[in-house]
Amino acid sequence: MPIMTRRHMLEAAGTAALIAGPGAALSQLLAPDAESAETLTLPPALPEGTRAEAILDALPGKKPLIKLAYRPPNYETPVSYFRKAITPNDAFFVRYHLSGIPTVDAKSWKLMIGGDGASGTMELGIDDLKALPAAEVTAVLQCSGNRRGLFQPHVPGVEWGYGAMGCARWKGARLKDLLDKVGLKKEAVEIVVNGADGPAIDKTPDFVKSIPVWKAVEDTTLIAYEMNGEPLPHWNGFPARLIVPGWTGTYWMKHLTSVSAAVKPFDGFWMKSAYRIPLGKFPVVARFTTQETAVNTPITEMVVNSLITSHADGAMVRAEAAATVAGIAWDGGYGINTVDVSTDAGKTWSPAVLGEDLGNYAFRIWSHRFTPKAGKVTVLARATNKIGQSQTAALIHNPAGYHHNVVQSVTLVAG
Amino acid sequence: MRTIVIAIATASLAAAAFAAEKPVQLKAGAGLDKVEANCSVCHSLDYVQMNSPYLNAAGWDAEVTKMINAFGAPIDAADAKVIGDYLKKNYGG
Repeated sequence: MPIMTRRHMLEAAGTAALIAGPGAALSQLLAPDAESAETLTLPPALPEGTRAEAILDALPGKKPLIKLAYRPPNYETPVSYFRKAITPNDAFFVRYHLSGIPTVDAKSWKLMIGGDGASGTMELGIDDLKALPAAEVTAVLQCSGNRRGLFQPHVPGVEWGYGAMGCARWKGARLKDLLDKVGLKKEAVEIVVNGADGPAIDKTPDFVKSIPVWKAVEDTTLIAYEMNGEPLPHWNGFPARLIVPGWTGTYWMKHLTSVSAAVKPFDGFWMKSAYRIPLGKFPVVARFTTQETAVNTPITEMVVNSLITSHADGAMVRAEAAATVAGIAWDGGYGINTVDVSTDAGKTWSPAVLGEDLGNYAFRIWSHRFTPKAGKVTVLARATNKIGQSQTAALIHNPAGYHHNVVQSVTLVAG
Repeated sequence: MRTIVIAIATASLAAAAFAAEKPVQLKAGAGLDKVEANCSVCHSLDYVQMNSPYLNAAGWDAEVTKMINAFGAPIDAADAKVIGDYLKKNYGG
């Protein structure tokens, strides 16, 4: 099926218009194909340069997504895909740190398990991995820097809007089962993971991450080979990636090639210097103590958050008629308890109706019916999780632009 | 043309990220040649546009320094200065 971005459609429309005349071209080319013809809407708060360069563009095998950067590829999912709790594989966001992205052949792919914190070593092929007891978890994968582009003042990095996230049903082997097979020594403190992707030049630090042993041995920490019932897309880590439910995407190593138990904290660049948050600024429970310093700590679990998906900012609605605002909520794995919605800019709040519960790690759909009066209607949504954490009213600024969970505001125009 | 690009990309996914990359034209100005020659070795040049126009002179200097010290970009001091000056002048804020 040909993949058309908006730009290509416009180019094609121009060409066709020359041949067939404007009437024919428009009727053919603007036929409703909601997803491929989706217009690009970007949050006004993004940097001006981001808004100018971002386009809808399709990577091979993917729907048109919001291209923020070609190489390494960083593409976010348009908000309309989040109207359902499960994000389709071909619309799932793509994020790479380094531009050396090999094709991984499943037949020749090998995963090495070992390290100085393990008693033995093991090498597995994809069939060996699939032969292990399978586990499934529905979990949100969200980039640490999702919504970085909304930070004021702006901070450098990939200037994500709302879509550096997705929720999928992941199937794979438990990491714990593999560690049991090689024998985890009691001195082991971290599990170090590496993937097949690498830097363009040798001097750039390879993207290697670690997680604490306690998180590695949780029942839901998987080496996944299936995503929503299908093999992982190339751009999302084929043939196998780490699944660390509740924690931000930086730990979910794609194209996984090695798992090493370590008796000392891993001190590579991507742990020691990158993906750190100031100590004490965020209400997170999960700690990564072997990596903490006096001033900062690795990012761990996601903070509670929500997104309004039913209406874009500035959308028109009918006055004095029932309207439904809806969206999703998620957190670091404690589960969503309530989502409160305000339709009067925060003066009063009402509990939204929660949708199907796909588990504590998943997106939770919510909706709220109300009758807008004529004029501008400011809608806010605020999620609270089962341990009582809520979204922040004011941005918690931090140098790398992580954990943006400011209560979102959407203004509707009722007329 | 697009069909051909997709066909090639499908044949070799390793090249897909590059095949899909369209040329990014940064603003004309002194030093653009150095930016194109050095920065695009590791990343597409839309990273520059994306991070604009809000970094001040110190902010752009810090980015160039990070590319050299943290990411090992083989850029000599003279080129680093030219690149920094270009970025501040054309994409500073």
